[in-house]
Amino acid sequence: MNHKLILSPSPHIHSGNTVSQAMYGVLAALIPAFLVSLWFFGIGALIVTATSVLSCVLCEYLIRKYLLKEKPDIGDGSAILTGVLLAFNLPSNLPVWIVVIGAAVAIGIGKMSFGGLGCNIFNPALAGRVFLLISFPVQMTSWPVPEVLSLHYTDALTGATTLTQLKMNLSADFSYTDMLTGNTGGSLGEMSGIALLLGWAYLSWKKIITWHIPVSILGTVTLFSLLIGVDPVVQLLSGGLLLGAIFMATDYVTSPMSKRGMLVYGVGIGLLTVVIRQWGAYPEGMSFAILIMNAFTPLINMYIKPKRFGESVQHG
Amino acid sequence: MYSVLTAIISLGSIGAVSAVILYFVARKFNVYEDPRNAAVAEVLPGANCGGCGFPGCTGFADACVKSDSLEGLMCPVGGSRVMSAVAGILGKESTAAEPETAVVRCSGNCENRARTNLYDGARSCAIVSSLYRGETGCPYGCLGCGDCADACPFGAIRIDRETLLPVVNEARCTACGTCVRTCPKNIIEMRKKGPKSRRIFVSCVNRDKGAIARKACTAACIGCGKCEKSCSFGAITVSDNVAYIDDKLCHLCRKCVEACPTGSIQALNFPPRRNESTERDSTPTMQ
Amino acid sequence: MLKTFRIGGIHPAANKLSAGKAIETAMLPEQAVVMLSQHIGAPAQAVVAKGDRVKTGTLIAKAGGFVSAHIHSPVSGTVLKIDLMTDASGYSKPAIFIQTEGDEWEESIIRDESLCTECRLSPSEIIEKITACGIVGLGGATFPTHVKLSPPPGMQASVLIVNAAECEPYLTADHALMLEKSEEILVGIQILMKALQVNRAVIGIENNKKDAIARFQQLIPRYPGIEICPLKMRYPQGGEKQLIDAVLRRQVPSGGLPIATGAVVQNAGTVFAVYEAVQKNKPLFERVVTVTGKSLNRPANYKVRTGTPVGQLIQAAGGLPEDTGKIISGGPMMGKALVNTDVPVTKGCSGILLLPRNEALRGEMSNCIRCARCISVCPMGLEPNLLMNLSLHNRWEEAEQEHIMDCIECGSCSYTCPARRPVLDYVRLGKGKVGALIRNRAAKK
Repeated sequence: MNHKLILSPSPHIHSGNTVSQAMYGVLAALIPAFLVSLWFFGIGALIVTATSVLSCVLCEYLIRKYLLKEKPDIGDGSAILTGVLLAFNLPSNLPVWIVVIGAAVAIGIGKMSFGGLGCNIFNPALAGRVFLLISFPVQMTSWPVPEVLSLHYTDALTGATTLTQLKMNLSADFSYTDMLTGNTGGSLGEMSGIALLLGWAYLSWKKIITWHIPVSILGTVTLFSLLIGVDPVVQLLSGGLLLGAIFMATDYVTSPMSKRGMLVYGVGIGLLTVVIRQWGAYPEGMSFAILIMNAFTPLINMYIKPKRFGESVQHG
Repeated sequence: MYSVLTAIISLGSIGAVSAVILYFVARKFNVYEDPRNAAVAEVLPGANCGGCGFPGCTGFADACVKSDSLEGLMCPVGGSRVMSAVAGILGKESTAAEPETAVVRCSGNCENRARTNLYDGARSCAIVSSLYRGETGCPYGCLGCGDCADACPFGAIRIDRETLLPVVNEARCTACGTCVRTCPKNIIEMRKKGPKSRRIFVSCVNRDKGAIARKACTAACIGCGKCEKSCSFGAITVSDNVAYIDDKLCHLCRKCVEACPTGSIQALNFPPRRNESTERDSTPTMQ
Repeated sequence: MLKTFRIGGIHPAANKLSAGKAIETAMLPEQAVVMLSQHIGAPAQAVVAKGDRVKTGTLIAKAGGFVSAHIHSPVSGTVLKIDLMTDASGYSKPAIFIQTEGDEWEESIIRDESLCTECRLSPSEIIEKITACGIVGLGGATFPTHVKLSPPPGMQASVLIVNAAECEPYLTADHALMLEKSEEILVGIQILMKALQVNRAVIGIENNKKDAIARFQQLIPRYPGIEICPLKMRYPQGGEKQLIDAVLRRQVPSGGLPIATGAVVQNAGTVFAVYEAVQKNKPLFERVVTVTGKSLNRPANYKVRTGTPVGQLIQAAGGLPEDTGKIISGGPMMGKALVNTDVPVTKGCSGILLLPRNEALRGEMSNCIRCARCISVCPMGLEPNLLMNLSLHNRWEEAEQEHIMDCIECGSCSYTCPARRPVLDYVRLGKGKVGALIRNRAAKK
C-alpha cells in the first residue's frame, strides 16, 4: 500500500443519495404528464418545453460563469427541472420570446439572485410564471383547445378552461373523464389528473417526497369546497391544483422542513387556493397560494419544530 | 373636493395621533446616553472586531467614556492615532502602544513536514484538532484548514497554496487578535511590528523532544538551546523543548538565526547580508 | 409486527461479511502496548514500573477516580517502559509497554472453560468484583460498568436491557459471542439482575441474527425473568436511548439519564465479561474483535488481547489489501479512523474495518437544498441542518436552545445528506463548544 491512510470524523459510509438523483427523479415523474400534453397540444407543447428548458439551463450557466465567476456546474438537473416546471405552467401557444423572458426571470431573479440552488425563498418556476401572468395577461390566459397531435403552435384555437367557465358563471357540464385524462384546456402540463397522480406514485415510491404536503393541500381543498358548497372533484381536477400540490409545493428548497410544518404549509396553500379561486380576481389561485406560503416557510421552520425524542416527558 | 378634504382630515388626524403616541413612548422609554459615546464611536474604526476585548466599537467607546483614565484601553486596529483622537475628545491622557502584527509560528510546509495521512472531513481546524493531530506527524503544527483566514475581519490572512501555511498581509493586519483566539493550536501570536517591520521569532511551537519533533518536521525547534547561548541580551528562553524570543528584549542582531541548526528561527524583512550566500536569508523573507 | 424505536433511523447495507464465522484466538503480540486511557473518565494510574515482571491478568494500572477503570496486563512478561504512544487520533498518550514472555496467568483466574451457573455473592460483592476486574461497556462507549450498576440516589432500576442489537454494519463480534457463549451470557444476565436487584431482563436483538435468537429462545426457559425481544433492523437501534424506546416504549427525557426510565442497558459483550469476572475471576484483558472489509481475504472474528497492534490482526486476516483507504476502529457509522496500523487494540474496540479508497473518500459537498432528510432520519428529532449552520457561524447559545446536546452522534444525518454536507462534523464541534459553555456556567455558580 503506497498511499496515505484517510482520516475523517464518523460516519465513514454514505447512502449514495445525491442532489441530482432527486432532481432527475422528479423529472422522471413528470414524463407521463409531458406525454399527455404532447398528445393533446402537439408541437406547441414540445416547442414551449424545449425553449423553457434550454433558456433556463443557458441562463444558469451564463450567470454562474460570468456574474458569479464560479465553475458552472449545471449537471445537478435543477435548472432543467425549473425549465420543465415553468413550461408546464404555460399555455402551449405562448410565443417563444415570452417563454425566454419567463425562464430568465425564473432563474435570474427567482433563483440566482438569492445565491443559487438552496438559497431561494420562492419557487423559481412559479416566480417566472407569475411574472409572465402579470406582464402578459392576454397571452397567458388564452388557452388552446386540445387537438390530438396538433401541428398548430401560436395559431392554435383557443377556448376557456374549466376554472374560467366557473368564474364567468358559464354553466357547462364538466366531464370528470376528460379532466382525468387531460382532454381539457389549460397550461400544458396541468390537465391530466391521471398522469400527475402517476407521477405522485413514482415520487412516493422513490421516497423523493413525503405524503404530508400533497395530502394536506388536497384534503384542505376538498373539505373547504364542501363547506362552501362547490364541487370538490372539479376543484381538485381543474387548473394547476394537482401539478402544484405534487410538484411545485413540494419543492425542497421552498417548503418547510418538519413534518408538522409541512402540514401547516399544505393547509395554508389549500385554503388560499380556494379563497382566490372563489373570491379573487383570478380564476386560478394555485401559483399565488404557493408563493404566499413560500414566504411563510422560514417562519414555519422557526416555530414549528419536529417532535424531539424525550420531548413529551418531564425534564429531570 | 369633498373627498380630498376627507383624505386630508383623516390622514392628518392619524398623523397627529401617532405623533402624540410616539412622543409619550419616546419619553417613557428614553435611555440617557452620554453624547461623548457617539463622538468616540465616530473616531473608532467601526470594524467591531472585538480586538479591544469589548463587544464591538460602541462597547469600547462606552468603556472609554466611563473609565477615569485610558490606561489599559487600547484599540489595536486604530493604534496610537485613534487613541489620541479619543483622548482629545474625552480630555484624558492617551497611552502610547507600539504597533503589533500577527506572526505564524509554524514552518511546516509540505517540504519540511511530510504528510502522513489524508484528512477528508469538514475543512475546519477546530474540527480536525478535536479529533486528530492533523495530516502530518506534528501534533502541534498548523493544520492548514484556514480557520484564521476565515475569521480575520480584515482579510489579512490567506492560506498559501504551495506551503499550506497561513500568510499574514502586514499592511492589512490590524493586530485585533481574532486569529489568535481562533487558532486551536495557538500558533499565531501578536508580536511587535518592529522597526521597518523587521522582527525575529521562533517559527515553531512543537513541545515534543528534539528527536520526535525533528522526525515529524525538519524545520522544527528541537529545543537544543544554541540560540539561547548565542543571544547577548537574554531575550531567548527554552522551555518544554521549544525556544521563545521575547520581543521586548530582542535587539534584532540575528545571531540566533545563524545559530539555529534547523532554521526554525525566522527573520522577516531584513535586507540580505552582503558576504553571505543569499539562499539562507532569502527563504524566510519570502514569508 | 417487530418492535423498533419511534423517531428517525436509517437502513445502511448490513455487510455482515464475518457473520457465522467461529471466534478464532489471535496470536499473542510480541510486545503489548496498554493505553492508560481506554475508557470514558479519568485515565488510570500505572502501578508498575520499568523492569517489573507481570503475569497475564496482573493489575498494572489503577482507576484514576470513580468514573474510571482498572487495567490489567494482557500478557505475561516484563514492563519495558511507561512512555507516550500514538493513539488512534495521532496524539501521544501515556501507555505501558510490556515485552511478552510466555503466557503465565495469575493463579486466581479459573481457566477452566466449563459453565458455572452458581453465584452466591451479594449485589455489592458482585459490583466490587466487576470494579476489580476493570469491566467497561464493550459496545464502544467504554463507560465503566460499575458506575452504571450504581444508580444515583433516589433512582431505582426496574429492568435490565441487554443490548444485542449490533446495528452497526459489518460488525459481528457480539453475534459470534452470542452463538458460542449463549449460556454464559444468560448466567451473566442473571448476575447483573442480582446486582441491580431487578427481576426482569430483556435481550434486545435485531432480527438479522435469527440463529442467535433461536438459540436464546431454546435456553431461556431455564433462566427465569429473562425475555427475548427481536427488533426490526434499523440503525441506530443499539443506541442506549433508542434501544430503551424500542424495547420498553419509554423515552429517556431530554438531558436526563437512561435510569429515569428504570432501565439499565448493558451490551452483550459486557455481560459475557461480567460472567467471566464474577464466575472465573478473570479481569478484562481480552475481547472479541471483528476484522472485516470487502477487500480483505479472510474477514473473521478474533479473541484478542488488548494491546495487540491492529496491524497484527489485519495480517492474520490475510494482510492489508492494496486498495485500503481507511482503517476504522469500530463500525463504519460511529467508529474512528486510525492514523496507522501500530495503534493497539483497546477495551472498546469492537471491530477493525478496512474501507477501500473509493468508498472511504467523502466526495465534494454542495449547497444544502433543504430536503429535510437529515431531519427525518435524526433519531433524536433534532434539526441537524440548523445545528450545523449555527455551529458554522459560532452561534452557540442558539445551538444550545435547539438542543444540540441531545445529539447522540449516530451520523444518520451525514449518511443521508444528498449534498454530502459534513453535518455531524459541525454538530459535534458545536456539542463540544456548548458543553464547555455549560460547564463554565456551572463553575461560575
